[in-house]
Amino acid sequence: MQLLFASISGLIFGFGLALAGMLNPSKVQGFLNLFGNWDPSLAFVMGGGVLINFIGYQMILKREKPIFDKKFFLPKVTKIDRNLVLGSAIFGIGWGLAGLCPGPVIANILIQPRDALLFLIIMAIGLWLGKNIRNRE
Amino acid sequence: MTIDLINFTPVQSFTGGVFIGIAALILMLANGRIMGASRIISGLISNDTKNGWIWRLLFILGTMAGPLILLLIINKEIDYVPVSKDLVFYLAALLVGFGSALGSGCTSGHGICGLALFSRRSFASVMIFVSTGILTVLVIKTMGGL
Repeated sequence: MQLLFASISGLIFGFGLALAGMLNPSKVQGFLNLFGNWDPSLAFVMGGGVLINFIGYQMILKREKPIFDKKFFLPKVTKIDRNLVLGSAIFGIGWGLAGLCPGPVIANILIQPRDALLFLIIMAIGLWLGKNIRNRE
Repeated sequence: MTIDLINFTPVQSFTGGVFIGIAALILMLANGRIMGASRIISGLISNDTKNGWIWRLLFILGTMAGPLILLLIINKEIDYVPVSKDLVFYLAALLVGFGSALGSGCTSGHGICGLALFSRRSFASVMIFVSTGILTVLVIKTMGGL
């Protein structure tokens, strides 16, 4: 059942990303173009997602555990450390340069295979490097 | 600053955001997991998630198939206008991967899930990556494009 619901969640995620316009690098960059001709659409994506989750998480996390697993897997770290700050800053630069982030890259694989697969492979190397550096400290 | 009214899609983008939120709720209610794309992908290329391999792969396959619903069933075009190519595109991919791994999350994990959980770390992360993203685009536009 866990596997079924992971697939359904992914399917809805991909659909939502496409509907929201997140698969289009030029639209993402339009949102980050705050000092130029600004397209605020992505603020509405985030608003919709956060609003639904804020309401839903409150109800779900009242439960002792999820339906198909023994516990909720929530991050325990609360400290804003150097890795978080540095990593987020670097991520933002890449996001601004290409207008792509990990979710939309996956969702683009069947839509724009050439760009998406190329981006994914290089991004995976970055993920691996970043993870190793984070684990070392 | 001007508002780009031609490309502005508040209703459609908000609806897309609601679907993204529903996807995250399903993953939490069923499996107890945060829906963070970077973590789900990196879980596939590391050896410390032996038992969490298959659900991550299925989530990714689902995400790949999701846009096809829009394209084939609802018959809606999915726009794609690239903003970078060659070296800049490769560099961006490396920075996106490296940064989200070092910063423990990206737009979905920190931006959608973390904010809804009132995580201080996610709040800081979103503020930072939106700021550096805006600065990066400002520099690109000031230079007259890439």
